[in-house]
Amino acid sequence: MAVTAHPKLDAKRLRADFPIFDQNINGKPLAYLDSAVTAQKPRQMIEAMSEFYETSYGNVHRGVYALSERATAAFEGARQKIRALINAPDAREVIFTRNATEGLNLVAYAWGLTNLGPGDLVVVTELEHHSNYVPWQYVAKRTGAEFRMIPIGESGELELGALDEIARDGQVKIVANNLVSNALGTINPVGALASWAHEQGAIMVVDAAQAAPHRKVDVQALGCDFVALSAHKMCGPSGVGVVWGRRELLEAMEPFNLGGHMIRKVEFEETTWGDLPHKFEAGTSPIAEAVGFGAAIDYLTEIGFDAIERHEHELAGYALGRLEELPWIELYGPPADRRAGIVAFNVTGVHPHDVAQVLDFDGVAIRAGHHCCQPLMRKLGVAATNRASFYLYTIPEEIDRLVDGLHKVKKSLG
Amino acid sequence: MSEFDQLYRELILDHYKNPRNHGLLDPADARAEGQNPLCGDEIAVSVRLGEGDVIEEVGFDGRGCAISQAATSMLGDLVKGRTAEQVAAMPTQELLDELGIPLTPVRLKCAILGLGVLKLALHKAKGTPLPEEWGTSNRDLVLE
Repeated sequence: MAVTAHPKLDAKRLRADFPIFDQNINGKPLAYLDSAVTAQKPRQMIEAMSEFYETSYGNVHRGVYALSERATAAFEGARQKIRALINAPDAREVIFTRNATEGLNLVAYAWGLTNLGPGDLVVVTELEHHSNYVPWQYVAKRTGAEFRMIPIGESGELELGALDEIARDGQVKIVANNLVSNALGTINPVGALASWAHEQGAIMVVDAAQAAPHRKVDVQALGCDFVALSAHKMCGPSGVGVVWGRRELLEAMEPFNLGGHMIRKVEFEETTWGDLPHKFEAGTSPIAEAVGFGAAIDYLTEIGFDAIERHEHELAGYALGRLEELPWIELYGPPADRRAGIVAFNVTGVHPHDVAQVLDFDGVAIRAGHHCCQPLMRKLGVAATNRASFYLYTIPEEIDRLVDGLHKVKKSLG
Repeated sequence: MSEFDQLYRELILDHYKNPRNHGLLDPADARAEGQNPLCGDEIAVSVRLGEGDVIEEVGFDGRGCAISQAATSMLGDLVKGRTAEQVAAMPTQELLDELGIPLTPVRLKCAILGLGVLKLALHKAKGTPLPEEWGTSNRDLVLE
């Protein structure tokens, strides 16, 4: 059988899976160009969650009755799907969280607070989302460790030349980086950073929230120690994410949240912790959300991550090409072949809020703001940017509507 | 009238493109800076007070959207001649009436940023109360 190396997806056909597009916004069809902040939901995922609630819902792990067993099987089945998706060696290393942010906080608190001290370095990058920046800055302060930042160059890509100088300042203990920048779309050299981190005797923490929707994330191939991601950016429900960690690290760590389900034995004097993954899953988990996450993974896997990635590169190239034609647009970030489906820009002399507002009048939804990346905005010398981001259901006509809208912005406010 | 014309009515665009009371005063009797944590917009306000703490001059600087810049521009004219106490007690609605445009909750924060910073400046200089909507945690966001 012939195998297509780079299968193409049919975005127009896939849109029919997304009920949100069956409506007009401000009297116009919705052009949703904000998938980097959260993705829309296919009917298949919504129905999987409804069906679970209608037929199989119960609390997991604790009930001896049939319904609880059914719920547990569905919940643990979702964990297995995530394990396979990210190529984790063991499903017990896959910890359910609320989102990627909570996963990164888990690592910062449960690993960072115990293992950091004066003379140690915590290294992040100038491209980080606040979720992979603020927790590290905080635990560094709490423990007396030093906080360092790998700078970016003109094109919004990491300057790895700075690494040697950083390493001279102390003992590097943590390197934290996003695989794809949510603000610029830069695809970061996480594998190279992980090798460097390990040479220093540090652990590598990867925020894959923006990468996982768009490309295959293989935790073993990346060579990292922790990876966090969110379901809601990958067609799954809000309220659930996972953090994966190396088993020996997770087992040596103290718990993060304390309470029900995460214990082995509770006595007045002392409590001992349960096994992985339960040690890190205190309280009732987002059960139906995990099931929905599993259904979203099935949906994405059927389309194929190669096809999704290719589609987004094509859209990013098309959008950059159209925006480059406009002399009054300032573009940020690397060339199309080195970025995901995210395009950041400003209209000269017009604040992004006003740009996004005028586009909304035409049903075009983009994001305007600092994108939870204030250190990056400072580097770019702007208060905020506009950001258009694409996913598997995005069609070039929506980018045309964006460009038409920008002409209106220029005419009325520029 | 189109949605665009409702929000970006002529008066708003005029204040945005030709802001009144623009530029910080030096010296000033009260000054403060603040930012909108949602979008990172920053506004600095400075005030000169006369006898009885009456506001004689207002100067502002900052970067932000048309709504926040126009609202702060209009605010300066609105408060001149009033006492610090009167301004501290001034309801947000008075500024919104002056703007006269439909605002979503997100854009509302743009519109009242300048007023919040002005009240903060008066609070710091004269001990007048901070408004409820300024919040408790926002005090930490003040840029000194």
